[in-house]
Amino acid sequence: MATFNLKINKKKYSVEADPNMPVLWVLRDLLGLTGTKYGCGIAQCGACTVHLNGDAVRSCSLPVSAVGNGEVVTIEGLSENGDHPVQKAWEEVDVMQCGYCQAGQIMSAAALLDQNQNPTDEDIFNAMNGNICRCGTYLRVREAVKKAATIK
Amino acid sequence: MEIIKTHYNRRSFLKVSAAAGGGIVLGFNWLMSCAPPQDKAGLTMPDEWFDINAFLKIGNNGVVTIYSPNPEIGQNVKTSMPMIVAEELDVDWSNVLVEQAPLNTVKYVRQLAGGSQSIRQGWKSLRIAGASARRMLIEAAANKLQVPVDELTTEKGVIKHSSGKTIGYGEVASQAVSIAIPEEVALKEPKDFKIIGKPTKNVDGKKVIKGEPLFGLDIQREGMLIAMIVHAPAFGMKPKSIDDSAARSMPGIKDVFTITSLPEGIEPQWSDVNAFNELVVIVGDNTWNVMQAKKALSIEWETVSAPMTTDGYNKALSDLLEKKADTPARKDGNPDEVFKKAARVIERTYSAPFLAHNTMEPMNFFANVTTDGAELAGPIQTPEFLRKTVSAVIGLPEDKISIDMTRQGGGFGRRLYGHFGLEAAVISKRLNAPVKLVYTREDDMTQGTYRPAYKVKYQAAIDKNNNLVGLKIRGAGMNESPVFANRFPAGAVDHYLVENHALNSNISTGAWRAPRSNFMAIAEQCFLDEVAEALGKDPIDFRLELLERAATNPVGTNNDYDPARYAGVLKLIREKSGWGQKKDGQHRGVSAYFCHNSYVAQVFDVVMRNSKPVVQKVWCAVDCGIVVNPEGAKNQLEGGIVDGLGHTLYSEMTFTEGKPDQNNFHNYKLIRNSEAPAEIECFFVDNGIDPTGLGEPGLPPAGAAFANALFAATGKRLTSQPFIKEEMAITPM
Repeated sequence: MATFNLKINKKKYSVEADPNMPVLWVLRDLLGLTGTKYGCGIAQCGACTVHLNGDAVRSCSLPVSAVGNGEVVTIEGLSENGDHPVQKAWEEVDVMQCGYCQAGQIMSAAALLDQNQNPTDEDIFNAMNGNICRCGTYLRVREAVKKAATIK
Repeated sequence: MEIIKTHYNRRSFLKVSAAAGGGIVLGFNWLMSCAPPQDKAGLTMPDEWFDINAFLKIGNNGVVTIYSPNPEIGQNVKTSMPMIVAEELDVDWSNVLVEQAPLNTVKYVRQLAGGSQSIRQGWKSLRIAGASARRMLIEAAANKLQVPVDELTTEKGVIKHSSGKTIGYGEVASQAVSIAIPEEVALKEPKDFKIIGKPTKNVDGKKVIKGEPLFGLDIQREGMLIAMIVHAPAFGMKPKSIDDSAARSMPGIKDVFTITSLPEGIEPQWSDVNAFNELVVIVGDNTWNVMQAKKALSIEWETVSAPMTTDGYNKALSDLLEKKADTPARKDGNPDEVFKKAARVIERTYSAPFLAHNTMEPMNFFANVTTDGAELAGPIQTPEFLRKTVSAVIGLPEDKISIDMTRQGGGFGRRLYGHFGLEAAVISKRLNAPVKLVYTREDDMTQGTYRPAYKVKYQAAIDKNNNLVGLKIRGAGMNESPVFANRFPAGAVDHYLVENHALNSNISTGAWRAPRSNFMAIAEQCFLDEVAEALGKDPIDFRLELLERAATNPVGTNNDYDPARYAGVLKLIREKSGWGQKKDGQHRGVSAYFCHNSYVAQVFDVVMRNSKPVVQKVWCAVDCGIVVNPEGAKNQLEGGIVDGLGHTLYSEMTFTEGKPDQNNFHNYKLIRNSEAPAEIECFFVDNGIDPTGLGEPGLPPAGAAFANALFAATGKRLTSQPFIKEEMAITPM
């Protein structure tokens, strides 16, 4: 066990945790931030995607000890009122079915658009192929990413 | 206008106070406590709510809350079921809040998500709920205004008198509560629908995009422990002895023990399928700590039934396909005779592997069992069945057990089988503490309840005049045969034989999105394509000929489809897709299937790039009667097509000595974004017939339409799933 001072959603948190504990479980079990989802635990499904210093990362495979001074943003911190352009686009396109994978999809899309305002189809596939949706909402995910790119 | 007797399901309209005896028994309700009312823009919460019936309450300011009775697994009933109530209540949808109803078998019927039946079976009772509440509000307004009832009309939550006076629902809600439930009510004409038929966004959309806690896995409670299970590594095994000394000394670990979730002597229900009744349980303070300690357990397993291996059962299934069944499931005419005389016989065998459900939210459940009662909450498609089993096992009466239906991270049939809910209750009872049971992805994927592995052999007899005169269909599968005896093309062919074989398996099996249809549609629709080709006929024309025969001069009487509606979707897809106007380099395949009371036809347009297929466009025509929510309906169909295509192409579970060879998404492939079709366009038959469901029917035809397009492109018939083994992976666009 060790103490970690984390910056999450622009707030400071101090947690006691096993240094190997993935950020996913720190968020969900220790801090009560359950918007980030557990899907596979091996960085294959993308449900746990958060931002670390602006990059989309799989929090299930990121040990808390690796975060250091990094800025973590989760779905709860993407915007105050759910009005980030990607969230707005997601609502507008009505992407979700069961909704479980969508936080991860949104976080992957937000990181993509932060770094690339006009992504091509290939850019979108590269960014979004790591996020599985068993409901099969992929076409709406693509549409929402493109719509978000037009929302300022 | 349809006048309907309200005692259709009168218990739903009992006053809430009158139903208290069998209603919500325990004070705590996780969903209500942590999920505030939706923050619909501009909606002010009322000072007081008035319960009109089990489906709705009205605030003194006219805001309406509608309870969605059925479990929400992504099929979007939490939006579409309340839309039906709101329609007949005649309110403005923007003034409606939706809450998940609690499990209450006194007030509601069939609180179950399965078989795409929620809309079909809820249609009448939801309409009556809205219409009878509207009638009670009108009667209350008539009393208040001292005018005859028939001088009053309603519009968007406002009651209007012919004199021009108006009064809002909220103003008379308190009086409506004491109005007698009407004996009969008038239902709207479909042409007057204002909410039904309008594209309507998911009522939980805003909460989902904000990451609010909606799912079972998100449940947190003061003093709650995390429990995980270890089940045997192979089907046919159970724990023999455990060395838990290392695990017990690890950080945060509270206890390790074994449980038998369904003890001997308790009669299992159909929903109690579970290959691993004996489990090792490990309990601790957080998920990660328990995951780590799980790995430190040393468990010796013993074999209790013969382990199965994929090559072995596949051979056994193939052998069954060569064996006559003792009794045919259906026999028309004299199939043996026409096959003897046939000018040509076409034969093809199709096969598909076991599939895991892989709901993105793994199995989990919350339970807090005390001597006084039990609170359960989590993702379950069959809460009523779970409560019955929990009651029998933990020894509390059903009215002391509450089950909150959380939003579910996918269902697909997996959560029909609620062993995980039972396990949570058994563990909580033993610990005398609130517990959240969490399965890892590996626990989940290797637990069973799979879509069974299937094989089917089709044989067609063609006479010297180039007519299809006989069909023989022989199916074999693990624990069940896939073949439906009376589905199309039964009824369209004079000499018809269906035979079924099942191979008993200790690898557990269960319903998986569109059970059996998910395999049979592919086999049947690929085979009909091949027969059409052999006869030199256009594949759509050939299917329509068969349907014409079934309509005008059907063979047998048990044909379980409506040939006119079936033909309707084929004609619609032919028109919309411009069938026959092929573009250069484009290859097309068609497929049509009827299941779960809805008809779906699809055309896949495929181009080849570097010898690999790219799905450019999918055309989808549907007859599900009245479309309640076109936005949700399209989403279900798109999802069904992507899901169907993906599993047909990529996914399989295989076994070595009973042990699953796949356990997570690195070795079990699900379709990815770039592999989904570039475009899907849906078309609905507009016929005003009462609605049927769409959670499943979009899926079955997809694999066949793809395979038929591939044949057009390559001349190769795909028969053995997953097709990726035949090197037919999709190239990203």
